[in-house]
Amino acid sequence: MTDGLKHAYDLTFDCVQCGYCLPACPTYETMESETHSPRGRINLVKMVAEGKASVEDMEEPIEKCLGCMACTSVCPTNVQYGSILENAKEVLDESKQTGAVESFLFDDFIPSRRWMDRLGVATWLFQKSGADRIADRLPWKMPLHLEAFAGILPEMPSPAKRNERATRYMRKRPAVKKVGFFTGCIMDSVFFGSNESTIELLLRSGAEVVLPENQTCCGALHAHSGKKEKAIELAKQNIAAYEEEQFDYIVENAGGCGAQMIDYPSLFEEGTEWHERAVAFSSRVKDISEVLVEMDGLAFSKEVDQTVTYQPSCHMTYVQKVVEPPLELLRKVPGLQLEELERPGFCCGSAGVYNLVQHEDSMDVLDVKMEDVCRTGADQVVTSNPGCLLQMKLGIKREGMESEAVHLVDLLMEADPESRY
Amino acid sequence: MNKWLKPLEDCLEKGRVLTEVADLYSYSFDASFGEHLPEAVVQVKDKYEVARILKLANEYGVPVYPRGAGTCLSGGPLPVHGGIVLDLSKLPARIEVRPDDLTVTVSPSVRTGDINKEAEKYGLMYAPDPSSAHVATIGGNLAENSGGPRGLKYGVTKDHVLGLEVVTPEGELIRTGGQTIKNVTGYDLTKLIVGSEGTLAVIVEATLKLMPKPPAVRTMMVAFNEVRTAGEAISRTLTSGVLPSKLEFMDQACVVAVEQFQPIGLPVDAAAIILVELDGPEEALRVEQEKIEAIMKDMKAKDIIIPESDEEAAKLWHARKQVSPAIAKIKPTKVSEDATVPRSKIPDFMDRLQVIKEKYNLEVVAFGHAGDGNLHPNILCDQRDADEMKRAELAVEEMFEAAIELGGTLSGEHGIGTMKAPFMEMELGDVGVDMMRRIKQVWDPNNILNPGKIFAEKGQKLVLRND
Ligand SMILES: Cc1cc2nc3c(=O)[nH]c(=O)nc-3n(C[C@H](O)[C@H](O)[C@H](O)COP(=O)(O)OP(=O)(O)OC[C@H]3O[C@@H](n4cnc5c(N)ncnc54)[C@H](O)[C@@H]3O)c2cc1C
Ligand code: SF4
Ligand code: SF4
Repeated sequence: MTDGLKHAYDLTFDCVQCGYCLPACPTYETMESETHSPRGRINLVKMVAEGKASVEDMEEPIEKCLGCMACTSVCPTNVQYGSILENAKEVLDESKQTGAVESFLFDDFIPSRRWMDRLGVATWLFQKSGADRIADRLPWKMPLHLEAFAGILPEMPSPAKRNERATRYMRKRPAVKKVGFFTGCIMDSVFFGSNESTIELLLRSGAEVVLPENQTCCGALHAHSGKKEKAIELAKQNIAAYEEEQFDYIVENAGGCGAQMIDYPSLFEEGTEWHERAVAFSSRVKDISEVLVEMDGLAFSKEVDQTVTYQPSCHMTYVQKVVEPPLELLRKVPGLQLEELERPGFCCGSAGVYNLVQHEDSMDVLDVKMEDVCRTGADQVVTSNPGCLLQMKLGIKREGMESEAVHLVDLLMEADPESRY
Repeated sequence: MNKWLKPLEDCLEKGRVLTEVADLYSYSFDASFGEHLPEAVVQVKDKYEVARILKLANEYGVPVYPRGAGTCLSGGPLPVHGGIVLDLSKLPARIEVRPDDLTVTVSPSVRTGDINKEAEKYGLMYAPDPSSAHVATIGGNLAENSGGPRGLKYGVTKDHVLGLEVVTPEGELIRTGGQTIKNVTGYDLTKLIVGSEGTLAVIVEATLKLMPKPPAVRTMMVAFNEVRTAGEAISRTLTSGVLPSKLEFMDQACVVAVEQFQPIGLPVDAAAIILVELDGPEEALRVEQEKIEAIMKDMKAKDIIIPESDEEAAKLWHARKQVSPAIAKIKPTKVSEDATVPRSKIPDFMDRLQVIKEKYNLEVVAFGHAGDGNLHPNILCDQRDADEMKRAELAVEEMFEAAIELGGTLSGEHGIGTMKAPFMEMELGDVGVDMMRRIKQVWDPNNILNPGKIFAEKGQKLVLRND
């Protein structure tokens, strides 16, 4: 048994098989079997460790797990499901010949700023050429169901605009806090505009904002796919990048990245130097909504006469445990009517690369979510993570709704926040 | 391949017969002990499929095990002889409240908590409240005759069932009972099936009784320096003319465990605490509360705490709910029993538990529905320690002996299943068990519906070890 599997095996004993996690699990609901429930998955990992089932037997159930962590929030015995899942993924990853496409995706593409910028630029070209509007009518299929996402991507900035962005934003008046902004790879390539809004909101709240040049991908997608080595490498690079200056906060605007970064200490052995550095890093990581609430430096000056609903990022809810701040901000926007979802904690099905690699299952989960969204009658669906944002845009398109999906920061900008400092 | 698999697949929609190894393992367990692989899992979508499957099972002599949410604590849904697990949790959920009749008709897959939620929309309640009500199905509750804290005042599942629709083990659809509160037409098959643990029929519909939701509730917590006094205070309360809706007990080990798990400020220095809930109109509650306070003072209670707000009260009940997970932190494996004694014998039972605990050198804690004598003694041990598990087996046996000697029973609500089957004769005598066995034989001549439950097989013993 590998160390990872042994560790996961030990953790499975915390599960008393009470089934309390069943009602919380989206895949149990959509796939309708215990095999695709948290309790079933934990049991399968145990069976594999005991040699009763093979690694292939657990492959499908484990890969179909969204990793949303809803199960952990209701588990009475605090089973460390996240750890069990990651170790199981690592075992699967070792047993498989990783395909060339996947290894390119994880080893080179996602962590590389150059490639990510190229993705943004390519999308820009794609949109400018008008190809996005006909993508779902093209006679051939794009890989990874990318055709489904064409036409829902936001307007891209031109390459020139991308290059224009500074790495340091100072205020005219003295700053209240110094913030290191974590741009994120998907956020920065696809939602460049939302990153600009984030910087603006921080400045108006009274912060000085720095974008450390050596930052890289947070490593969440790697960790969740069992690529622990790569995740550690990326974590180290980020920790070092943010040690170059003294920051009060390390701010991100992507729940998935935030959750990974507050979890950096678990990547290193306790007592080691890297562990200590990871703790120092993680303790300052905050979601943009938390920081805006804490700094309380904005006065919203324009009415936003709309009904909105809020779709929280699962990792923000269950791992970062940031629930109230986004709602608090939304309640402050004048004129805005907030209609909360009945089941905000139910995943939208985006889940990292899940909506690409498990597209059909992801759409089943999305359908459940959209039913809830439709019921609210919202004009806008507000999210706090790029994956959820894309997924909600897709959901809206699939349902043929009039609504729009926006990142929280962009909605806040609509209300013309004035600086109170 | 099994010769019955093909015909089985033919009578169901595609994808509803699961045979992958991963699926078989996923239906091999419940919330108790033991792991048994079925040969197939079928997920039915209507009652006619249930009937067809049972006919087929009789034809081929293959055992069928009904299953709800798999939260059973006694091994009820385990496929101990292979065969087919019949997953009833995917039947379409249906809850039809008839407010004028104060009844509700439900499909068995519905979660019990959802029935109550629906009833509340009409100012009504479905009284049985097992702690697992938000997960377990009503089908499972009916089969196990489950109960909860409110059982003290309102009774358990069987007290709330008016009628059933069931599929007999031979695959015939029949109705028992009806829609009315009174009904003496023929034998009471409804009550026979409720609590039969899926061995006599598969429940496909039930009509249940609803009652008006009490307008108000009040909670109090009382701490004692001695377990025995706590037990006496419970008896005094119950004979005082006041009938609380809940009366729960936790011993010191449980209180300490909860405080270590999620501190809320329970008195860790108390030997035992009891939680009382009264329900009814505000005016009545005031009088009843004073009465109970006077009793507690008279019994030299260490502390009497009356929460100032609903949130405070909710916190105390939350603490009670945390006992089960909290004690699991003492040691990983929890052997949870629910032997029940006449209410006046609770102090004696507590003494016996203490002796057993010392004799076998085990961690034993007790908490539960003291108001109805249904205590949950729990042994905390480690499945990976064979010697300790052996001692636990012996301790469980001795707990059953103690409960029966005190005039009690093996199980108050969790059922017999596989786990307590070997002890049935201890309580009922051989003729008593034989009369039950004969009923089973008449209902299920080919012994295909949930075999291996309730009735022990030759030489069967309690085993808490997975080889
Ligand atoms: C943490 C925890 C707390 C619990 N608390 C309580 C409590 O407070 N009170 C209490 O009484 N119990 C309690 N239980 C035990 C358990 O939840 C109940 O026994 C429950 O009724 C089981 O329902 P289920 O849907 O999970 O059924 P399962 O576990 O799937 O099955 C239970 C039995 O019912 C049979 N069955 C299921 N559906 C049908 C059907 N439609 N027709 C015929 N037979 C059927 C099965 O064959 C099996 O024998 C608790 C369990 C856990 C894990
Ligand atoms: S809630 Fe926790 S202990 Fe219960 S079955 Fe799920 S993972 Fe296991
Ligand atoms: S992480 Fe989400 S999808 Fe996976 S088992 Fe838990 S609740 Fe289900």
